[in-house]
Amino acid sequence: MQLVLEKRAERSTKIAILSPLLAIALTLVTMSILFAILGKNPIAALYVYFVEPLTDSFTLMEIAVKATPLVMIAVGLSLCYLANVWNIGAEGQFIMGAVCGSYLAVVTNGTGAGPWVLPAMLVMGAAGGALWAMIPALCKVRYGANEILTSLMLVYVADLIMDYLVRGPWRDPKGMNFPTTASFDPVATVPTLFETGRLHWGAIVALIVVALAAVMLGRTIKGFEIRVVGAAPRAARFAGFSSDRLVLFTFAVSGALAGLAGIIEVAGPVGVLQPGISPGYGFTAIIVAFLGRLNPVGILIAGLFLALTFIGGEGAQISMKIPLDLTKVFQGILLFYVLACDSLILYRIRLIATPKKAIHGTA
Amino acid sequence: MKKLMMTVAAAALAIAATGSSASAAEKLKVGFIYLGPIGDLGWTYRHEVGRQEMVKELGDKIETTYLENVNEGPDSERSIEQLARTGHQLIFTTSFGYMDPTLKVAKKYPKIMFEHATGFKSAPNMGTYSGKFYEGRYIQGVIAGKMSKKGVLGYIGSFPIPEVISGINATILGAQTVNPDIKIKIIWVNTWFDPGKEADAAKALIDQGADIIMQHTDSPAAVQVAAQRGVLAFGQDSDMIKFGPKIQLTSIIDNWGPYYTRQAKAMLDGAWKAGDTWDGLKEKMVVMAPYTNMPDDVKALAEKTEAAIVAGTLHPFKCPVLGQDGKPVECKGGAALDAGQILGMNFYVKGVDDKIPGK
Repeated sequence: MQLVLEKRAERSTKIAILSPLLAIALTLVTMSILFAILGKNPIAALYVYFVEPLTDSFTLMEIAVKATPLVMIAVGLSLCYLANVWNIGAEGQFIMGAVCGSYLAVVTNGTGAGPWVLPAMLVMGAAGGALWAMIPALCKVRYGANEILTSLMLVYVADLIMDYLVRGPWRDPKGMNFPTTASFDPVATVPTLFETGRLHWGAIVALIVVALAAVMLGRTIKGFEIRVVGAAPRAARFAGFSSDRLVLFTFAVSGALAGLAGIIEVAGPVGVLQPGISPGYGFTAIIVAFLGRLNPVGILIAGLFLALTFIGGEGAQISMKIPLDLTKVFQGILLFYVLACDSLILYRIRLIATPKKAIHGTA
Repeated sequence: MKKLMMTVAAAALAIAATGSSASAAEKLKVGFIYLGPIGDLGWTYRHEVGRQEMVKELGDKIETTYLENVNEGPDSERSIEQLARTGHQLIFTTSFGYMDPTLKVAKKYPKIMFEHATGFKSAPNMGTYSGKFYEGRYIQGVIAGKMSKKGVLGYIGSFPIPEVISGINATILGAQTVNPDIKIKIIWVNTWFDPGKEADAAKALIDQGADIIMQHTDSPAAVQVAAQRGVLAFGQDSDMIKFGPKIQLTSIIDNWGPYYTRQAKAMLDGAWKAGDTWDGLKEKMVVMAPYTNMPDDVKALAEKTEAAIVAGTLHPFKCPVLGQDGKPVECKGGAALDAGQILGMNFYVKGVDDKIPGK
């Protein structure tokens, strides 16, 4: 007897819906085993991870703060991935958005500029991200360069540009040579939603982005075009859809969203431009996009869920002394199971009798 | 395998038992925010050792928590507030970049006491603490001046902040006392912890002719490179002798344990006050690792220098201190530069043939 993976005749829609749930269930089981090995009560640990953060307004707000950039970036990435365009460089677009938007904050710092600063920063942030994303898009369309490599490499370029600016021309003159700009003025800061807590208007922007993307994908020709080009490029060509134009479009949109997320993060919770503004949001968003099944609403849920694991993981470090590494293990296991379970959409597991040939072979 | 798992489980239980048992109400909860992983073997590792020493000293009177790898960007404010919200009454934030977030949270929680390492902002419930690391640098400079055959020191800098600049200056001032023509090459890696970059910088410095390697970053990577290349080096933050048993001359060890113990005790006695602690070799917040891999006369000279600093008869920044242009800088502290001048140092002394980045 042996286990084989057998290709299904068609995609299993039932599994497509069940797969993320199955992945989460398997992750929980695996985590419970790990908690038990560490000598922690698995039920208590899972409670701290997944329930406790939901019982308190502070942690709820922090989950939303953490999810905001993830969701915005992931929605943009999902458009790329649906169209079979592989933008891996959202991290760089996030940084360039932050840099371009921050330019205004830096030059108007202390000048008493009016309330036009923040809206202008947001526009420049989105434009910066989009322009940065145009580089790999144009290289792909014009020269056939692999966008996975070019977009990824540009992450490091963006990082170094930011590094140069905050260490040199934009450095806070009173900052003791620390690589950071001066704190942004109130007119250059994203306002918070409530008196207490750090929840800011960026979260609302993220919700709007999700809604717009859902409408576009479900109700417009452009959304149809994206899905057709991704699923059946030949059919798309017959329909008169240009895949080149779509590469430019999806890169521009995802770059703009990543850039917008970048400037909102910098002008919101951080308040200055400095290295380390992103603990890898652009990469984590890739997990969010796939965990959300490349669907805007799914991404919203996935982003909140992943944010929950960050906040819950921190809570677990504090109240149960569970090491940070376990939170990272947890996120890795989750992605692993998501991908593994997804293979069941196209394949099924079958137990079959060992063919005779194999016996001859081993004898 | 089963046995291994049981051992792991037992160890984890033991840690859990010492770390967090019941009756939290009477215990003082002390929290720590760490920049790197506790296994960086440098800066964060030494804070972790300090925490463990405090736990050992005060036993079940306290309960401690740490959060590691907390980035200085968007996460730090939340992490600090998480500790404040979960009953921690004394919170140590152990990197410069936590200064503003710590201040923000401190203002929000006036009944919780905060201690921020290496910064300059404070509040009635937020004190600061740091070590006079430049004292150790000066001794290293004396040793390096004696031991360098080519007269070229290689220095790996993190960020050109006053603490690092004063370390470079103290090094060259110490070295000049034994070799007036000593030269120093500096590479900035713009990170506190990136073993890959630190190792590359060490290689580049050695290739450029430096025959002594020193670093102001947090991992032992530079010492490892020096050991492979057979070049003498200094450890940093902790004793890194096991990474270069044949090449480490000494190391500046950050010794936070006694301070943490003292501050937690003050909390227990209700005597805590926001202070501005800046201790050095004398108070043993800065400790030198054993002087190794050097001839006896150099060792004796190093010990003599250390003793003089401890006794207060030698100040690394005794006036006159000459700027790069050869003119003496203003001497605000009488016989030596004052604390403000050292904590805000933003100039190189004569003998450093380089420019502070971005200046």
